[in-house]
Amino acid sequence: MVLHRVKSKLFGLIIGVLLLILFNFLSIILGYTDITIQTAIDAFTNFNGSNEHIIIQDVRLPRALIATAVGASLGVAGALLQALTRNPLASPDILGFNAGASFSIVVALMLFSVSSLQATTWIAFFGATIAGLLVYFLGSIGRDGMTPIKMTLAGAAIAALFGSLTQGLLVLDETALDQVLFWMSGSVQGRKLEILLAVLPYLVIGLIIAISISNKINILTMGEDVARGLGQRTLFVKLITGIAVILLAGGSVAIAGPIGFIGIVVPHVVKSFAGNDYRWIIPYCGIVGGIFLLMADIGARYVLMPEEVPVGIMTALVGTPFFIYIARKGGKLA
Amino acid sequence: MRKYASVRTFRDQISFLLDRKAFTFHVISLLILGVIFLISAGMGEQFFSPWEAFNIILGNGSSFESLIVQSFRMPRILISIMVGISLAVAGAILQAILRNPLASPDVIGITGGASVAVVLFLAIFSNGSNALTVSIHWMPLAAFIGATIIAILLYLLAWKNGLSSFRLVLIGIGLWALTKALTNLLMIIGPIHQAAQANVWITGSVYGANWSNVQILAPITIVLILIAFIMTRHLNIQELGEDIALGVGARIERQRLGLLLLSTALIGSSVAFAGGIGFVGLMAPHIARKLVGSSFGNLLPLSAIIGAILVLLADTIGRTFFLPIEVPAGVFTAAIGAPYFIYLLYRQRNA
Repeated sequence: MVLHRVKSKLFGLIIGVLLLILFNFLSIILGYTDITIQTAIDAFTNFNGSNEHIIIQDVRLPRALIATAVGASLGVAGALLQALTRNPLASPDILGFNAGASFSIVVALMLFSVSSLQATTWIAFFGATIAGLLVYFLGSIGRDGMTPIKMTLAGAAIAALFGSLTQGLLVLDETALDQVLFWMSGSVQGRKLEILLAVLPYLVIGLIIAISISNKINILTMGEDVARGLGQRTLFVKLITGIAVILLAGGSVAIAGPIGFIGIVVPHVVKSFAGNDYRWIIPYCGIVGGIFLLMADIGARYVLMPEEVPVGIMTALVGTPFFIYIARKGGKLA
Repeated sequence: MRKYASVRTFRDQISFLLDRKAFTFHVISLLILGVIFLISAGMGEQFFSPWEAFNIILGNGSSFESLIVQSFRMPRILISIMVGISLAVAGAILQAILRNPLASPDVIGITGGASVAVVLFLAIFSNGSNALTVSIHWMPLAAFIGATIIAILLYLLAWKNGLSSFRLVLIGIGLWALTKALTNLLMIIGPIHQAAQANVWITGSVYGANWSNVQILAPITIVLILIAFIMTRHLNIQELGEDIALGVGARIERQRLGLLLLSTALIGSSVAFAGGIGFVGLMAPHIARKLVGSSFGNLLPLSAIIGAILVLLADTIGRTFFLPIEVPAGVFTAAIGAPYFIYLLYRQRNA
């Protein structure tokens, strides 16, 4: 079902926002400590310092908000990347962003004992940018330019390279492994609200850029030649898009570690009902991405109760079949 | 000098042509392997010169010296060599049947499948004190099953009116991510000390190899490698492509399945004892192909030797350069192998 009319698209968007709020709420009340709806409301309206209220304010709420922010950023970053590379399999993790950011953060933690949030964020941006540029460059060499297969292979190679270097560093220091292992699988749990607040400005800037260039992206997806013929400065648009992607994907990695496959799954799902207009795709991707990650995170609490599964593992388990499905379809856009 | 030398023995019962150039490469690479073998036996916290090491191996050392070399270093060296051989041969076979030079067992998830199986095996059959409740002999079997499941999945998923090698590699990468997630999941569920061990193991290390490991691995490797060498001619035909292979009367589907199982068995047995030592299966066949061309009669043995050299070298560097810390061999092979993969990608840019 594709929504055609503007009115129905707007309606869908509103429903999406409501669902997003609903899932935020579910994320607050569901989990190992069962919380009634009344307690959840009380925790904000009249806080009494009880265990439940502290759990809600310090654990559940940050977690829900972080999942929303990260999911939305990754969804939008995925949509931008797929448009930018014209590759339906592109997503921050496949293109090695996550591996690059992880590696640079592990290096910073271990070698320079950097721990300030701002510094970590910038280091994540740096690592993601380097890896992304490497993959972009490697994927676009050759006569036929950028092809999905080349880009994916280059991403896999870069991810393997950074991954093995990270692992080598971690072997040298087993205590660091403890700290980093959970982060490396990607999780929105146990993060404080300050982390989100520190990174939020970058994410917001990224989102604003994404929305404001969405009409230019529409033209870009017609192909480089057409876009240029229509008078677009394609290099400029690509550069801006790239910056938005790095802000969104790098910021997410800095908060939650490498959470894969959201960037692939979400844009495809969105395109199946919202059509091909990026002015709609991008807001939808933000909302659906948030919902998706919240759902995965809620699921992650129940799979192995009372143990928690990092949500990055959940998204990978759900996302890989999807990836394979797209690859089987021959890498054609949905 | 003629390019080929003919060899006839047993009153012409056995006769074959020997490619002189390839023969030279084999001899040279064997010599290199031998030298690294001796150096590796001598290197460590207790240093011996290669000549001393040679004497100790022959049994002319003090009991302390032979304890170090015979009991600690030799099993490790032998395991490294066998693992290198297995991975290289498996890689060469995969590249032939998938007809894709980028088909490295790790990138397409087969190594990952074996890793998941081994971590699962350790998780299921460990008791509270972290000891195995069943014989470690079963571990290679588990790894083999894991690798085979992934290989068959890969084959089925990539099959769509025939096998496109692009699709195969893409889907392989997807499966790779899946196995990585599963391994991480199993590691996080398990106790944390197991996670640290498992991390070393997944990166690929022959740390902690002992003679009983050698006893398990050696027969498996020897049998599998012999089978691989016997299947050489099928490999040569497979590489010609489906149509020609059919045309010359090969039963390609059956052979392909057999070869695929053979390579997963090789990968499984090596993963069981050394974890995911990455990219050896990619590099060794490529280097060998550059030296002797792509006829598998020469290619297979030479890539086996080169694979052994790579793993042994990586392990020797890993356990000696950063003393007292051991760096898993897999870190080095991936650090060289991933750029090599990128280079291959670059070379293939117009393909």
